Amino acid sequence: MKPRHKKLAFIGAGVAGIAVIVALVMNAFRSNLVFFFTPSQVIARQAPVDRAFRIGGLVEKGSLKRENDGLTVHFVVTDTKHDMNVTYKGILPDLFKEGKGVVAQGRLNADGQFVADEVLAKHDENYMPPEVANELKAAKADKTKL
Amino acid sequence: MGKINWYKYASPASFYGLAGKMIPGFAALSIVFFVVGLYIGFFVAPTDAQQGEAYRIIFIHVPAAWMSMFIYIVMAVYSGIGLAFNTRLSAMMAQALAPTGALFAFIALFTGSFWGKPMWGTWWVWDARLTSQLILFFLYVGYISLQAAIDDPRRSDRASALIALVGVINVPIIYFSVKWWNTLHQGASISFTKAPTMAYTMLAGMLFMAIACWMYTIAVALYRVRLIILERERHSIWVSELLTEGLR
Amino acid sequence: MNWGSFSAFLHMGGYGFYVWSSFGLSFALFALELLFLSKRRRTLLKRLSQIQKMNASRGSK
Repeated sequence: MKPRHKKLAFIGAGVAGIAVIVALVMNAFRSNLVFFFTPSQVIARQAPVDRAFRIGGLVEKGSLKRENDGLTVHFVVTDTKHDMNVTYKGILPDLFKEGKGVVAQGRLNADGQFVADEVLAKHDENYMPPEVANELKAAKADKTKL
Repeated sequence: MGKINWYKYASPASFYGLAGKMIPGFAALSIVFFVVGLYIGFFVAPTDAQQGEAYRIIFIHVPAAWMSMFIYIVMAVYSGIGLAFNTRLSAMMAQALAPTGALFAFIALFTGSFWGKPMWGTWWVWDARLTSQLILFFLYVGYISLQAAIDDPRRSDRASALIALVGVINVPIIYFSVKWWNTLHQGASISFTKAPTMAYTMLAGMLFMAIACWMYTIAVALYRVRLIILERERHSIWVSELLTEGLR
Repeated sequence: MNWGSFSAFLHMGGYGFYVWSSFGLSFALFALELLFLSKRRRTLLKRLSQIQKMNASRGSK
């Protein structure tokens, strides 16, 4: 490659890079800064109705039900104030557990059910060995007993 | 203790020699800290209650993410000094840091991806944390290509310094993105305002790996800045003297 | 000690692929950066010594 061509190629790469940055920023600010809506926000009609969106919250304990096909699941996403019924057909991520965080993408159907086409697990920033986690759980159980 | 003449080391000619003396030390420290960090990360730190063994990706992911942000800030500071005082060496230091910063930004992105797939259930989502980190990577790429596109070193220093200084806004955005917006990415385990939410040995492994990455960065940046100095000062008398003496 | 055997170490509780890809690729990239740097140094030194020779032959005439 001649030096002039090389220079042009670099300028091209630079311009393309900046274009990609701008496109990403625009895209991010348009829709994705609100990555998910809580059930309360959905009930307050802050979530978009005409397109797919994501809801996030905790999977309510005891709400997970599997249908006989083994793939379709029903569960309730809660933000402790409001609940939302979710239906999903597919494989759940490893970290999906009752009482843990979840983000589901999909739409509301006519019955107010959220039909998800993607379910992601959201974990927290706590890292600890299992023994410590069990101790914490036991301590919490003791507290609620008192 | 005698006064050190700092101005002497601000000249590329004398910094070239000083940097050459510092490289082996930082390189050796980097290897030691990597070995200790990996040992703690894989053999001392226990498994995680939530994530099992997959969480061990944290030992490379978090140090790389920290480095990518920190290097960008240091690069912006050097660029700013270069712009304000017209010092040649600081502009060269900024230039020497950029490829390593880009490398760490890339490592943070793909290790995050390899962590997200088994844990979250996806390789990638466009949430605020991931998107802003991707933008950081493109800022590095933009900086490097702009630097390479302009032949005149003075002009290319000035132009790329502008990218470095404008782009530095992105760093706090990355850092606070998990607080300011709803993201799939979890919050910080280690912050200035509260106690770490990690078991002690896990934290130790991560910190050792972070120090190792620091030492690696310093050694590599010094090595690269020496090459940049030689390249840019090739017509000067001290370089030709160095060459006739036999370059080590 | 976390691992009963070497294969358990490689298995990483079922996440071996993800863990080892992350670490492997990271360290491969470090190695690649070092390789590029030493190559860049070699080519630079070659070029500088050529300039040096040219200057010397011009000076002797």
